[in-house]
Amino acid sequence: MAETQSAAAPQKDERIREMSPMRKALIRPELGAICGTILVFMFFLGIASDSGMFSPEGIINWGTVSAQFAIIAVGACLLMIAGEFDLSVGSMIGFSGIIIALISVQWGYPVWVGILVAFAMALAIGALNGYLVVKTGLPSFIVTLAFLYILRGLTIFISIATTRKTIIGGVREVAEGDPIAWLFGGKVFSGLFVWLADLGIVGKFVAGPKAGQPVVEGIPMLMIWAVILIVFGHLLLTRTRFGNWIFAAGGDAQAARYVGVPVNRVKILMFMFTAFCATIFATCQVMEFGSAAADRGLLKEFEAIISVVIGGALLTGGYGSVVGAALGALIFGVVQQGLFFAGVESSLFRVFLGVILLLAVILNTYIRRMITGER
Amino acid sequence: MSDNLIELVDIEKHFGPVIALNGVSVSVKAGECHCLLGDNGAGKSTFIKTMSGVHKPTKGKILMDGKEVNFNSPRDAMEAGIATVYQDLAMIPLMSVTRNFWMGREPQKRFGPFKFFDFAQANEVTMTEMAKMGIHLRSPDQAVGTLSGGERQTVAISRAVFFGAKVLILDEPTSALGVRQTSNVLATIDKVRQKGIGVVFITHNVRHAMAVGDRFTVLNRGKTLGTALRGDIKAEELQDLMAGGQELAELEGSLGGTI
Repeated sequence: MAETQSAAAPQKDERIREMSPMRKALIRPELGAICGTILVFMFFLGIASDSGMFSPEGIINWGTVSAQFAIIAVGACLLMIAGEFDLSVGSMIGFSGIIIALISVQWGYPVWVGILVAFAMALAIGALNGYLVVKTGLPSFIVTLAFLYILRGLTIFISIATTRKTIIGGVREVAEGDPIAWLFGGKVFSGLFVWLADLGIVGKFVAGPKAGQPVVEGIPMLMIWAVILIVFGHLLLTRTRFGNWIFAAGGDAQAARYVGVPVNRVKILMFMFTAFCATIFATCQVMEFGSAAADRGLLKEFEAIISVVIGGALLTGGYGSVVGAALGALIFGVVQQGLFFAGVESSLFRVFLGVILLLAVILNTYIRRMITGER
Repeated sequence: MSDNLIELVDIEKHFGPVIALNGVSVSVKAGECHCLLGDNGAGKSTFIKTMSGVHKPTKGKILMDGKEVNFNSPRDAMEAGIATVYQDLAMIPLMSVTRNFWMGREPQKRFGPFKFFDFAQANEVTMTEMAKMGIHLRSPDQAVGTLSGGERQTVAISRAVFFGAKVLILDEPTSALGVRQTSNVLATIDKVRQKGIGVVFITHNVRHAMAVGDRFTVLNRGKTLGTALRGDIKAEELQDLMAGGQELAELEGSLGGTI
């Protein structure tokens, strides 16, 4: 039998076509998102290039919006690849924001205490979400849908019960000189922009209290967080043992368990990471606006999921890419702000987004079939 | 007795009021292929899950190299050298061959304070091990979904062998395969056996069992109906035992002895 086997196994299988290196480099999970990004940029370069959209302050504008989407998309992406959803992301954003404002403004503790408590509570709620999903075996769709309502309701209740308002302002004032708050609300590389302004690359304010200062103050920390999370998520997913476990947990949880992958731990940790990302988003937003509101983060869970899906991830788990999700977030941000720059009626944003979503998913499905041999 | 790699004595397993196994004894020697035959519902699956640490036996002993062992999880059994290849759960089709091959045991490379999956080494080993089993991959990052059913079984088997399995349990590896793929898998079983690994081959296809088996144990309604050596028993007798004898004999008569 051994002899027939070796004779029957030629060096190359005649039924597998050789792939050209070009094709091989192109066929990747992010391809749909890459095409989408190119298309969207070409479109806006065509219709809005003279509107200031691609000036430094324009770039900071849509860059910030994209970074917001990217922060929650990275969390949602890893969780989706691990085979689960989190619909409570938006409510988590509102909840964390209110917690920070309550502790710092209302109760007078330092802002950093508020931030740390918010993160601790978010991680605990993320863990609870994950624990419930793993232990009950219920779809995460249902469990986190319950938390979408529970958290939103609690947030409004806590806010009204303690302050009789749903918006708590004055965070910026109490955050002055705080050792942690600047990590979320600050701007970095402002020296660089002063220098660029002196060179005439970046414009300066010509009048008003800020006259003489560059129009771009610096890179908002929000963008730095987005980059850190994207790089972290991408390396974790593609280059580490834990990343392999994320794919395995979402690809086939039972098969993964049989070879010793701690599937439950992976899933719970990913729920915690999603909640962590939501809280980073919330903290940045509270620091930027100087206030927290109980209705913040509405529909953010869907925007995160849409970014991830545009990025090539499979809704049922086991397949996807953080870089793709980040590009999805970029497309989202550029389209939203670009239509504003182009002076297009803002209601058309949703039409545009729906069309992109549909096109990206169709292309992604086709690419995924080519890669995985799915039928 | 001492040449048994693993020996399961009088295993009973109850699920509430249901008695799934009612005194099953099986032993596996190094380098042999022990076929476990039984019809659907005979208790084959429960038995191998007990062997691989998924279930704990209600009664009975598991001996490895003559010493009694207790498996609390599949991980325990794996560490003791028992590897199981499940029919449909062998591989994750969306993931690459390398990622599947190393799943749960990824090699790591230190880079400063961080540890990364060592893909260079992992890919190389995967390609070599696959080639040994007669599968020539286009590339190690090819998704398992692009492989045929037989090739997937072979990847799973060579993974188990590479990670030092002493006992390899194969759960119906051939039941969903075509003729050519089946013979490839049977050839792989033969190669594995020659390495001195004890193979437990679960099947309900007597022909496949006769092709590679050294010993045959038939399970029926949660009991062992006895173990026979190769050459001591004919395919027809195995078939009769599996079906519980008389009924099938009648059926076979009406079908002209073709089953």
